[in-house]
Amino acid sequence: MKFFDRLLAIDRRIIFLFVIIAVTLPLFSKATLHIEVSPMVKAVYDAVDNLPPGSKVLVSFDYDPASAPELQPMALSFFRHCFSKDLKVVIIGLWPQGPVQANIALEDVFRDPEIKAKNLKYGVDYVNLGYMAGNEVVIQSMGSNIHTTFPADYTGNRTSELPLMKGIKNFDNIDFIYNLSAGYPGTMEWVQFAVDRFQAKLGAGNTAVQAPGMYPYIPEQLVGVLGGMKGGAEYEIIAKRPARAVSYMLSQGVSHAVIIFFIIIGNLAFFVTRGKKKTS
Amino acid sequence: MRREVPLIITGIVGITLIISYFIPHTPFNLLQDLFTDWYQIVAAFAIILGILNLLRISLDKVYKKKKGWFFGLVVVLSFFFIVIPGFFFSGGRGFQNPGTPFFWIYFYIYIPLMSTMFALLAFFVASASYRAFRARNKEATMLLLAAFFVMLGRVPIGYYLSSWLPESYQLATVADWIMNFPQTAGQRAIMIGIALGIVSSSLRVILGLERAYIGGE
Amino acid sequence: MSTSIGVWIAAFLTLGIMSFLYKDNPIYKFCEAVFVGVSAGYWFVVEFFNVFLPKVYDNVGIAVNVLLVQGRVDWFHWSYLLGGILGVLMLLRLVPKIGWISRWPLAVVVGTTAGLWLINYLVSNAMRQIQSTIIPLYVAGDLNATIGSIILVVGTFCGLIYFFFSKEHKGAFGGAAKIGIWFIMITFGASFGYTVMSRMSLLIARMDFLVGTWLGLIR
Repeated sequence: MKFFDRLLAIDRRIIFLFVIIAVTLPLFSKATLHIEVSPMVKAVYDAVDNLPPGSKVLVSFDYDPASAPELQPMALSFFRHCFSKDLKVVIIGLWPQGPVQANIALEDVFRDPEIKAKNLKYGVDYVNLGYMAGNEVVIQSMGSNIHTTFPADYTGNRTSELPLMKGIKNFDNIDFIYNLSAGYPGTMEWVQFAVDRFQAKLGAGNTAVQAPGMYPYIPEQLVGVLGGMKGGAEYEIIAKRPARAVSYMLSQGVSHAVIIFFIIIGNLAFFVTRGKKKTS
Repeated sequence: MRREVPLIITGIVGITLIISYFIPHTPFNLLQDLFTDWYQIVAAFAIILGILNLLRISLDKVYKKKKGWFFGLVVVLSFFFIVIPGFFFSGGRGFQNPGTPFFWIYFYIYIPLMSTMFALLAFFVASASYRAFRARNKEATMLLLAAFFVMLGRVPIGYYLSSWLPESYQLATVADWIMNFPQTAGQRAIMIGIALGIVSSSLRVILGLERAYIGGE
Repeated sequence: MSTSIGVWIAAFLTLGIMSFLYKDNPIYKFCEAVFVGVSAGYWFVVEFFNVFLPKVYDNVGIAVNVLLVQGRVDWFHWSYLLGGILGVLMLLRLVPKIGWISRWPLAVVVGTTAGLWLINYLVSNAMRQIQSTIIPLYVAGDLNATIGSIILVVGTFCGLIYFFFSKEHKGAFGGAAKIGIWFIMITFGASFGYTVMSRMSLLIARMDFLVGTWLGLIR
């Protein structure tokens, strides 16, 4: 009985220690795990894969470094997929840190020999228009004219002078939008404004916190959603380039098991002590 | 007039934007573009307002030597530590390019601090789950079971625990089914409820019935 | 082990923040203060270069250029000056005596948001969702799809009934509300599961940085 009382009153730092061990130890393992690709992730992959070369893809980076562990692997896989298919990429950000995260992802993807061999040129094959304040109003404004919404790219070049942007006025000239989102503004705003107002086609990568809220939009308003690190791992698998997200899956699974273990133990201790109190 | 003019502005801007949805032609499309452009500029200045306020509070703390004034000084110094290189030593508008001092500070100071702050949540979610997550009644038990199925089904461990079962009963399949059907139904109900609430609040704001955003006198 | 000074600084800051898990301490407070200051500075620089310069400075520059060179008034580009003025009026909130002027730009922001949200939430989050819920309950030859459709429709309907608090939850209405709350509990449980997944991901990445990038223990 005293054991369960002590269990309920355990110092939380012991719990923290278990969490650190559960997360860190699996990182040393090189085990390859079975990862099933969900239909939603496949839908996003297929939507991009079916685009003909030269199609324009708008990628909106709506996250900050706090969400990078979940979304950066998705960004990397997506860029690799787009560039390997010779798609043209326009990058924007509704969060100030977004375009910088995009640059970090581009740096990583350009180290890939297959992508490096393509000799992609800034302004012709991809552009980064940077961040603009205004949240969903930016999306609304882009629906009219992207050039007035983003008069310059992130380095100050006039948008109208970039070769890639000459053929793009608004969403009518964009073939697919991919949104990486960690909160507000994010995928919901893209659905409300770009999809429902301007009939754009949208796929999304979300943090796991946000992903459940996007399910009502699928498939009529949203092609599919990559949810959390698992979603990123699935995209890496379907693109046949397992990378960071896949390598973290063992840690993810062990940490979940530890949380479930703690919840069960906590409930067990609670019910045992409650039962003893009732009888006494 | 201090309270009436803002209410009139809100009403005119709100109604114009509603009309522009149904009549996307001159002059409403031009007015829509004008108001949305102004919104973006004012939003940027609102952020700057918050930053200036933060500096004012920190400097006040340092000047009056209040409790924790040293950390107020650290806030101010850290602010200028990134602003000065950002404005003067990072190539002007290309300040976010990899290789600039601004990018270095972003990559080696800002990213680790922000990432670790949020990573702490993992510990607190574990501790809070252990202490507070109790199956006290049927509803709480349903919540718990749904969480267990999703947590195990969405990681590869779920496959290894249940691969011996027929595919329809494996953890991953059950988790997907929970997400696609009952979870979506609940989310949809919440979403519709919130949407109706927002519609009524927006209408109240546009009609001037809701004035809390104006503040004092 | 890494030899990069940047990685060592990042590792120190990471461990400084994590020291809070043991207990609150001056190193954590220092790292927290650095985070607040650097975040504020980051936003300040970004807003200036990414919003103020291209939106206000450049556009007004074009308007002035057109006026001086062509001798005509370019109203479109001059309108951005008014936007800039509204932005500056926003900053007057810091001056208590004339802070009331900041209500005008605030009114533009509030009006724009209200006008956009009223239509967009109604269309995307209400009407389109209701449309997606009006689906055939019976799918010929597919029992799973039939069960799924019934669950979607019944769950959405009962969930909405639960949120209707203007009528007492009694009788059949109360029964439907009870079913609604079960669906909402499943929704919250799934959200909790995903939240755990999200938080753990963040920690996994930080530990990978510490043991992999910094200490070099993982290849």
